[in-house]
Amino acid sequence: MLDLSKNYFELFGMSVGYVIDIKKVRQRYRDLQRVVHPDRYVNATDYEQRLAIQGAAYINEAFDTIKDPLRRAQYLLLLHGLDFDPDTETTTDTGFLMEQLELREELSEIPLQADPLRAASAFMDRVSSMYNRLISSMAIDFEMPDEKQLQVAREKVRKMQFLKKLHTEAETVEGRLEEEML
Amino acid sequence: MAYGEKVIDHYEHPRNVGVMDTKSSDVGTGMVGAPACGDVMRLQIQVNDVGIIEDAKFKTYGCGSAIASSSLLTEWVKGKTLEEAQEIKNTEIAEELALPPVKVHCSVLAEDAIRAAISDYQSKQEA
Repeated sequence: MLDLSKNYFELFGMSVGYVIDIKKVRQRYRDLQRVVHPDRYVNATDYEQRLAIQGAAYINEAFDTIKDPLRRAQYLLLLHGLDFDPDTETTTDTGFLMEQLELREELSEIPLQADPLRAASAFMDRVSSMYNRLISSMAIDFEMPDEKQLQVAREKVRKMQFLKKLHTEAETVEGRLEEEML
Repeated sequence: MAYGEKVIDHYEHPRNVGVMDTKSSDVGTGMVGAPACGDVMRLQIQVNDVGIIEDAKFKTYGCGSAIASSSLLTEWVKGKTLEEAQEIKNTEIAEELALPPVKVHCSVLAEDAIRAAISDYQSKQEA
């Protein structure tokens, strides 16, 4: 049976770190899911069936966390002992916030542009590349994760949260534009 | 989610939206952001030579509660001394706007923003 005291990385047979091999993660996910598949527990006791369901939920949660660059970083910070609640974090990095304000203003003006759909798609590409730059620099922070490096990673996580949100909002704008063109 | 009347009023008719010259020596600028909801708040104060806040402006991208919190705060700080403005607690904002518990962090953001603006102004005077 599954050992639910293992952390997500251990559960997936990986070393604790930011860089992952997504193919291996997917393969391991399928293998693990097979172990707890309900079909195997048809004749099992209620208790065993409950454990299997619990195990499946834990595996799903682990998979969703490991494969997502933002959630993976948040989870690693927690594993490294940083006690924080991602939902109530705030940031005062003025330069970054200034840039965020400007991007929001730009987004709000996209519908007024000559070719708004093209503008929206270019905007999302820019946000994605900012997001991806943070992902690729994050790997270094978790290689030698001392207190200073962890705080650097934490600030990057905050920035990724902003950019993710911004991208979602840009998608909403794009969706609205597409509807109007129908 | 249902917003309270005061939140809606501030959201639909935000007071003091705008921008001041960040570089001006009598202007203090505070910027804070809440990553989880993507809120960005910029709050600015203009202070006269006896330390009274003469004008306040804000620009907030975020939910209705974040906008209402910053709008209300700019109204409150006008005419106050820096010390008095520093004393404003997020709980007073949350109470005035009747913010539900899940939105209390928006008022915390506004409190952080005014503190940051005051400290920005003060650091300019020392420079």
